[in-house]
Amino acid sequence: MSELSQKEILDTEPTHHEEHIVGPKVYLVIGSSLLVLTAATTAISYLELGVFNAVVALGIACIKATLVILFFMHVKYSSKLTKLTVAAGIFTFFVLITMTMTDYISRAWGLW
Amino acid sequence: MSTIVMLPDQQTASLPKRSYLNEEYGLKSWLLTGDHKRIAILYLISITIFFFIGGFFAGMIRLELLTPPSDLMAADTYNKMFTMHGIIMVFLFLVPSVPATIGNFLIPIMVGAKDLAFPKVNLLSWYLYVVGGILVLAALTLGGVDTGWTFTTPLSTHYLNTHVITAGLAIFVAGFSSIFTGLNFIVTIHRMRAPGMTWFRLPLFVWSHYAASVLMVLGTPVLAITLVLVILERVIGIGVFDPAKGGDPLLFQHLFWFYSHPAVYIMILPGFGVISEVISTFSRKRVFGYTAVAFSSVAIAVFGFFVWAHHMFIMGVSNYSALVFSLLTMLVAVPSAIKIFNWSFTLYKGSITFETPMLYAFGFMGLFTIGGLTGVFLGSMGMDIHLTETYFIVAHFHFVMVGGMLMAFLAGVHFWWPKMTGRMYPEGISKLAALITFVGFNLTFFPQFILGYLGMPRRYAAYPPEFQALNVLSTAGATVLGVGYVLPLLYLAWSLKYGKIAGSNPWQATGLEWQIQSPPLTENFVETPVIDYEAYDYEWLANKTKHEVQTVG
Amino acid sequence: MDSQAIATHPEHEETAHEHPPFLRHHFATVEQQRETATFGMWLFLLTEIMFFGGMFCAYLIYRNWYYPAFVAGSHQLSIVLGTVNTAVLICSSFTMAMGVHSAETRNRKALITWLLLTIVLGCVFLGIKADEYHEKWEKHHVPGLNFSVHDFVRENPAYPDDKPLPLDMADKTQVYFSLYFAMTGMHALHMIIGVSLLIILVARAWTGAYTEGHVAPIENFGLYWHFVDIVWIFLFPLLYLISRHQ
Repeated sequence: MSELSQKEILDTEPTHHEEHIVGPKVYLVIGSSLLVLTAATTAISYLELGVFNAVVALGIACIKATLVILFFMHVKYSSKLTKLTVAAGIFTFFVLITMTMTDYISRAWGLW
Repeated sequence: MSTIVMLPDQQTASLPKRSYLNEEYGLKSWLLTGDHKRIAILYLISITIFFFIGGFFAGMIRLELLTPPSDLMAADTYNKMFTMHGIIMVFLFLVPSVPATIGNFLIPIMVGAKDLAFPKVNLLSWYLYVVGGILVLAALTLGGVDTGWTFTTPLSTHYLNTHVITAGLAIFVAGFSSIFTGLNFIVTIHRMRAPGMTWFRLPLFVWSHYAASVLMVLGTPVLAITLVLVILERVIGIGVFDPAKGGDPLLFQHLFWFYSHPAVYIMILPGFGVISEVISTFSRKRVFGYTAVAFSSVAIAVFGFFVWAHHMFIMGVSNYSALVFSLLTMLVAVPSAIKIFNWSFTLYKGSITFETPMLYAFGFMGLFTIGGLTGVFLGSMGMDIHLTETYFIVAHFHFVMVGGMLMAFLAGVHFWWPKMTGRMYPEGISKLAALITFVGFNLTFFPQFILGYLGMPRRYAAYPPEFQALNVLSTAGATVLGVGYVLPLLYLAWSLKYGKIAGSNPWQATGLEWQIQSPPLTENFVETPVIDYEAYDYEWLANKTKHEVQTVG
Repeated sequence: MDSQAIATHPEHEETAHEHPPFLRHHFATVEQQRETATFGMWLFLLTEIMFFGGMFCAYLIYRNWYYPAFVAGSHQLSIVLGTVNTAVLICSSFTMAMGVHSAETRNRKALITWLLLTIVLGCVFLGIKADEYHEKWEKHHVPGLNFSVHDFVRENPAYPDDKPLPLDMADKTQVYFSLYFAMTGMHALHMIIGVSLLIILVARAWTGAYTEGHVAPIENFGLYWHFVDIVWIFLFPLLYLISRHQ
């Protein structure tokens, strides 16, 4: 079957699937950004930033993950339910981390 | 005694010609089914088998504890008894009990769908459960596990040479069974409700299962990775939980209890759902404060994730974090209490009748309240330091799990038995069994509160002689309890052939499941239902029965 | 007042196109089936977040406790190979996204091409990973099996400014490598499963299964693949880039 235009597909479907199909241009832009950010992460790791090395590295990783989630995984164009689901997962992960850390951070308090 | 049961005329009544039970015959049609109802029956059979195996181990424990010295079996063997009892009862019975049997059967019907969202995943779920169960039996026959169901490190990773790996794998597999069931429920409830079935018209049974499913999906994977790490530690000695290599044994406990605390809500929430349905039906009244009960289910699920370290107060967590977890534990009791109040207000000025499901529901309300309150006592750090690792804890969790959850399970099985099989169970003997269970339960577990308070440690095969009297009482109660559990097995089996024909709505209950034939058709509904009335609308039901012509498939 | 629960519900007047062979009977429309499948896959990904989450939690704690050991351990990894692998995975996410696009625009040949490219890139990643693991084995950095602190109690030639660790901290490098193998190993396992599923998808795509409107399997596999990419996006800086500024 030859490639159909987006309009033709939507016209032949009895039900309307996605709002729109994400095009190759978007993927190229996002993909290149991700590669640039990867190079940046590696390059910045050679700078002496003290504790901020970890902060910057994780920060860039978060930006990359956000780009993948929003564009490659189509969450930007998805229903509220999908967005809520992603948020719920991230939230639960943070509960695990932060509440476990309440123990480890405070273990040595008052002991010296 | 008055009753609301209304059965069709037994001279002329018969089971429907076509139903999910006789749609197809043969073992393959059951073992390769996609029908959620058949999968529910498969689960019911396997869960019952494991319940009685777990019960056997309970019997062994109580037998040993009749006398103060460890004379019936060696201490190591005793450790295996309570470990196997715990693993089987928690992972192979309590976690799947209501969701996988009654939930699987009813959720699609209650939302007005033809099946769950992913029937094949549902079947896979059952097979994973069976594989998990077989692996547990394998661990047992190879020699057993004696770590306690909590697999505490470094005992489980370094100091024992029992079959921890097999047991760990078993629970890993069974955990995925639970995850897939929860996933299926969440998707079904969100996406497959019939026209007009808004969230706030759903039966509270569905809300409870939704909350439990969220816990299953988010919590169980953490248990899975924890078990993987324990297995890796045992097999290649990676050292994440080994103090000698720099690991922290408490990290295991954080990860383990991150799941295992929500797990107790996974176990009890579906039971709450059953009780909502039963109490409403047998009071002929809508559940008081529907919205509060619905939101409290969700609140329990959310808050349940914030309190896990109350299982670790004496393990070496910092006092400051223990304080935080203790305060949050007080909070999490509130939604559960809201439900108890709302059920009580449902009963108030209702037309109460005492059929067997209602007897179990009353038992649930009283015993769960006691169990829950003792949980709050234990959540307060000061009390926990004295009471933890004693029989007080054992009594607490048996009150909520056996007095609560198991009674709710039995209530549900009896309540929906006519729907699942088309036949009524015999009311006289079932009421007797419920009473026997209640008496046996109290005799078994109430003395354990006193024992714990007096200082008898848990997981010990031997104890000081001054505790013997209470232990003997407890064992006597366990025997009575055992009778109470065997009886339903017998009369429910009997009812399959000789029980009265139930008709579609013997309880005069509201809810979509009571509008279809008993047993239901494979596709549940002849036509897609349209809902334009609220849940527990008894006036609507009264109107409908006046105008109804019953068609049976 | 005659409201009934079971009422005749007039079905939509569908066009002749209403029941494609891939529409399962318990779904009313293709739309419902597709949304449901996507939601199901997202929930599965939530379980994966929590599954890997446990290991990230362990990593966080032990990195805090044994930072010098983690630095020394990280310096044993090849930053070049790590960066290359990250780039490879990002490209494979791109090719996978293009595969989804091909399925949506019903282009069978393009779909197969993009899926094959994804497989190739996935295999490149795994090949590099295998090489790295082999090197670790050779240098006795595999915890539990052949671990030795030899490299950590003396100078690291690649990082001459790194001080050799005292013995008790050098022992903790085993914790670092335990987490390295557990996390990258679990990730690699997910990659292997992904590549295997891709092979099956390519075979089915060849028969045209995904270019007649039944996009969901490609879409949802794409979600899985991107998720595995995201895990690596976090693993890379956490494991490879600890204090590389010497």
